[in-house]
Amino acid sequence: MEVPDVIKTIPLNWYIFFATFLFCIGVVGVLIRRNALIVLMCVELMLNAVNLLFTSFSAYRSDPQGQIFVFFIMVVAAAEVSVGLAIIVMLYRNLKSVDVGILNKLKW
Amino acid sequence: MLTLSLILIPAIASLLLPFIKGEITKTIAFVVALAELAVALFAISQFSPDIVTPQFAYDYPWIASMGVHFSGGMDGISMLLVLLTTILTPLIVLSTFGYSYNHSSAFYALILLMEAALIGVFTSQDAFVFYLFWEAALIPVYFLAAIWGGEKRIAITFKFFIYTIFGSLFMLVALVYLYMQTPGSHSSAIADIYKVALDSHTQSWVFWALFIAFAIKMPIFPFHTWQPDTYTESPTPATMLLSGIMLKMGIYGVIRWLLPIVPAGVAQWSTTVIILSIIGIIYGSIIAIQQKDLKKLLAYSSFAHVGLMAAGVFSLTLKGMQGAVIQMLAHGINVVGLFFVAEIIQRRLRTRDIDRMGGITQNTPVLTVFFMILMLGSVALPLTNGFVGEFLLLSGVYEFNHWYGAIAGLTIIFGAVYMLKMFQGVMFGEQNHWTEKVTDITLTESAVLLPLVVLVFWMGVAPGSFLKLTEPAVIQILQLATGK
Amino acid sequence: MNISTSVLLIPLLPLLGFIINGLGFRKISKGLASIVGTATVLGSFLLSIYTFNYFLSNNSQPITVTAFNWLAVGDFHISFSFLIDQLSLLMLLVVTGVGTLIHLYSSGYMHHDEGFGKFFAFLNLFIFSMLLLVMGSNYVIMFFGWEGVGLCSYLLIGFWNKNKSYGNAARKAFVMNRIGDLGFLLGIFLIIAHFGSVEYSEIFGRAASVDTATLTMITAFLFVGAMGKSAQIPLYTWLPDAMAGPTPVSALIHAATMVTAGIYMVIRSNVLYTLAPATLEWVGIIGLATALLAASIGIFQNDIKKVLAYSTVSQLGYMFMGLGVMAYSASMFHVITHAFFKALLFLGAGSVIHAMSDEQDIRHMGGLSKSLRITWITFLLGTIAITAVLPLSGFFSKDEILMNVYMHSPLMWGLGVLGAAMTSFYMFRMFFLTFHGTFRGTDYQREHLHESPISMTLPLMILAVLSVIGGFINFPEIFGGQAWLANFMEPLFANAKQASPEAFHHAHLSHSEEFMLMGVSVGVAILSLIIAYVMYVSRNTVPAEEGTPIPAVQKVVYNKYYVDEIYDMLFIKPISALSYFFYQVFEFFVIDLLVNGIGKLVKQLSNLTRRFQTGTTGFYVFAMVIGIVVILLVNFWGFLFR
Repeated sequence: MEVPDVIKTIPLNWYIFFATFLFCIGVVGVLIRRNALIVLMCVELMLNAVNLLFTSFSAYRSDPQGQIFVFFIMVVAAAEVSVGLAIIVMLYRNLKSVDVGILNKLKW
Repeated sequence: MLTLSLILIPAIASLLLPFIKGEITKTIAFVVALAELAVALFAISQFSPDIVTPQFAYDYPWIASMGVHFSGGMDGISMLLVLLTTILTPLIVLSTFGYSYNHSSAFYALILLMEAALIGVFTSQDAFVFYLFWEAALIPVYFLAAIWGGEKRIAITFKFFIYTIFGSLFMLVALVYLYMQTPGSHSSAIADIYKVALDSHTQSWVFWALFIAFAIKMPIFPFHTWQPDTYTESPTPATMLLSGIMLKMGIYGVIRWLLPIVPAGVAQWSTTVIILSIIGIIYGSIIAIQQKDLKKLLAYSSFAHVGLMAAGVFSLTLKGMQGAVIQMLAHGINVVGLFFVAEIIQRRLRTRDIDRMGGITQNTPVLTVFFMILMLGSVALPLTNGFVGEFLLLSGVYEFNHWYGAIAGLTIIFGAVYMLKMFQGVMFGEQNHWTEKVTDITLTESAVLLPLVVLVFWMGVAPGSFLKLTEPAVIQILQLATGK
Repeated sequence: MNISTSVLLIPLLPLLGFIINGLGFRKISKGLASIVGTATVLGSFLLSIYTFNYFLSNNSQPITVTAFNWLAVGDFHISFSFLIDQLSLLMLLVVTGVGTLIHLYSSGYMHHDEGFGKFFAFLNLFIFSMLLLVMGSNYVIMFFGWEGVGLCSYLLIGFWNKNKSYGNAARKAFVMNRIGDLGFLLGIFLIIAHFGSVEYSEIFGRAASVDTATLTMITAFLFVGAMGKSAQIPLYTWLPDAMAGPTPVSALIHAATMVTAGIYMVIRSNVLYTLAPATLEWVGIIGLATALLAASIGIFQNDIKKVLAYSTVSQLGYMFMGLGVMAYSASMFHVITHAFFKALLFLGAGSVIHAMSDEQDIRHMGGLSKSLRITWITFLLGTIAITAVLPLSGFFSKDEILMNVYMHSPLMWGLGVLGAAMTSFYMFRMFFLTFHGTFRGTDYQREHLHESPISMTLPLMILAVLSVIGGFINFPEIFGGQAWLANFMEPLFANAKQASPEAFHHAHLSHSEEFMLMGVSVGVAILSLIIAYVMYVSRNTVPAEEGTPIPAVQKVVYNKYYVDEIYDMLFIKPISALSYFFYQVFEFFVIDLLVNGIGKLVKQLSNLTRRFQTGTTGFYVFAMVIGIVVILLVNFWGFLFR
């Protein structure tokens, strides 16, 4: 099936580079930031990087399956955010802090 | 269909039982176990021993695309072991009458679950169904021991659990491997697995993978150290289940799932196994001589007896195999009876220490008679059930190798030594201030022992009917195992 | 009556008695218990006579009665069947006959015992087992009885179970018998391996086709069984200890019937033994050694029952010596006469013990001839019969054995005569110490001295008569007799003669030689009698009490050559030590160490790896990312760096 020219104006590689860049920001954010809210946001960033990738591939291949996946991911991400935020709220209430560094009760 | 109902009756009952509270659970469990016995007896009446293919078979697709079927059925050997299970379970339930356990509904539910799993093991015709029930049988007995056991129960049951799981995993690996060797889209049906022909090197490791699982369950020297402690610490009903029935799973496994599958492996290793078994016989007997704890003594004696059964099976002679099969039934009856006698004495004296007993016979003539008969059955006196088994087993081992037969025969001497020593220590001599107030057994207690004693004589005087039941099936297994 | 019914009823009647008395021993009165017990055995005796007559009137054809097929595995069968032939008939008559008398005696002797019903139940069970032993038509049924009598012996030795040492004696008897039984069982297995059957009729017909080495093995194994049951060296030490049981038990089981089972078995298997001369040689040697050893121990024993026990061991030794030289019928003759006079002696001893208020030590008796007239006379007859100083029953049977031994080896004969001299000495020593001289008991015992009731003296009198005339069943030709027993038993050896005719060829002694041999053995017996008389009647010596110093040699003999102590050191102690070692050391330090070692190893490893669980989320995420990167690198390695 033919891909519309409108889409071809931006080459696929750019999308890939952009998504990778976004993903890396997410990873680095999760790794270096200690604020639980920002960690959660970074996780979202990673998910959205993947979403972007899915959509672009889907468009370039004219295959709707990728976009269907994106919907699934969005639903799951929404659920994850709601649970995650709830956990962070509970954390704040109990510890008066959202620093993930002090959450080391699982230590051996 | 009959086979499936044998599994389902106790299984369903065990699921419903926890919802009922109070003393009535005991009675319900007993009635269910009796109903189960009735079904089993009906099955025997319909059974024709000469047909070697499984009878009363059922077969439902489980994971049909992978060729795994939920299927089972009974040949003579299965029938005999189902008979053993269904006879002993009601008696084990009855043995708890007059004694109350905490959370009794869970207690009886576990016993019935155990019965279902055991019957599943003895009747399954599919490798994965066999494995499922094999593991399922472990769980109830683990909880029985861990919840209602003695002081050291946690550590000891943990050891027991790890030990048996360890063996079972080897078995799982072997079974999966065998499954993968079946042609086409694979099948785990026993008949298809029997057809798998492996080269002798592969057979050798498959043999050990399977054998270790069975050897731990039996147990065979040197895989036995879980056994005396577990038998001693478990509550007596669990000990009876363990020694009376569960121990036979190992022997049954060898007969059904080892000999016909890896004949070359068996041929290669049978001498080793027989030597280990004989070491176990002598070793267990010698240890039993010095035991002071009634249950521990019986545990070691059970260990010694099972060694002889294993040796008989691996002798690959008709006499040895038939002896092992009949001895499974006989030993189950005797050992359950003896453990119950130990329990009766423990209930009255609050101890199992033989040194603190003596002179009990003066107050308990009825118990003495039962105890004596069960003991004589256990030391294989002619015209009791133990003799038939040991005679055939020893002659089988003797046929395999004269020397092994002669050494294994020492069991009849050592058996007499430790059993008589125990009997004398417990029953004879002067009374002491603990034993002078002992009362004779109650009616329910006699109701447990009487059927056992009747079976001791029945099997001893007329073993023919029992042997006839299993002979065609045993011959078929032997043909597969020896290629003759 | 149908002959097979009557044959089946012979063992079933005592079994019935056992069941009645055994189930109802607390409810049935003593009178009824003794009637049931005695009547069932008497019934068996009468049926045995009936069967005997039927057998004679039917041209002495062996009768086989099959009750049912006991066991079948493949094409191997064991049937529960009985064989009636000359040998089993003789044993039947002895067992049920003497058994009836001893049951009758027990109803008097055990009258004051609270376990009266139980006692009769066990006695009946014993008779049942013994009948299985002698009637079985194959080795397995014989083994049933063989173990069964062992069990009854155990139960009856330990009958007074409150006493710990009695219990130990009972256990010793059972275990020693079990050692023999293992030999017997291995013999049976070997028979199965070579003949594929355990039926006498099949085995004996085909015995000649099996090689001698195998037959030697079979017979040797079977003889191990006989050593245990018939108390031969090295398995004899249980029999003297077995005297812990009530005296009628000693008479019935440990003198007249059970202990002769070994002789019965050898005669039954005479074909196999005849074809295995090496075993026979050993049988003879062991028999002779046992006869001498036991007789020498008997000389210094002071317990009236122990003397009789050693005398029994010694007489059994004679019987085996006879078997060793293939004098099968002579040994059987001695079995029969021995059953009469030894039962008589034991029952007489029981009567003495009864009168002496349970005193068994002959040093505390003496002069009992006045108060126990019947016991005294019958005991004297029994003593004469066993010592063979006058031609009563024991004279003929012992003489026949010795004669056969002489033809085999004059040296063995000489030693046998030495044994006879010792027998004569210790028997008369005991007799004089018990019945003559002055009374040495307590005043209490003196006042209570009394002759036993008629139920006890009647069996004594009957047995005394039998001891006197019992020799006539095999009255030797030299005195113009017919040797009826030898002729009667002749068909039993037909197979053996066919298989090995040369073994039965031996020279006949001339009459003058026979008279000379008889003269010598009677002479030494009388000499011993005189020595005993001089020592214990004329000089009135009494053996020293415990604790007084005695010469070293005498001490060794008095302590039974310390055989019990040696066995204790050689077998019992090491096994106990081994048991202790296995349980306390091996089980925990070797096997459990291995098992627990594996557990410990896993624990150590987990100790190492758990360090990675820092608890910091950042670390986990970092590890995850590193992991992902590694996986990606591995997967795309080729793609990236080609």
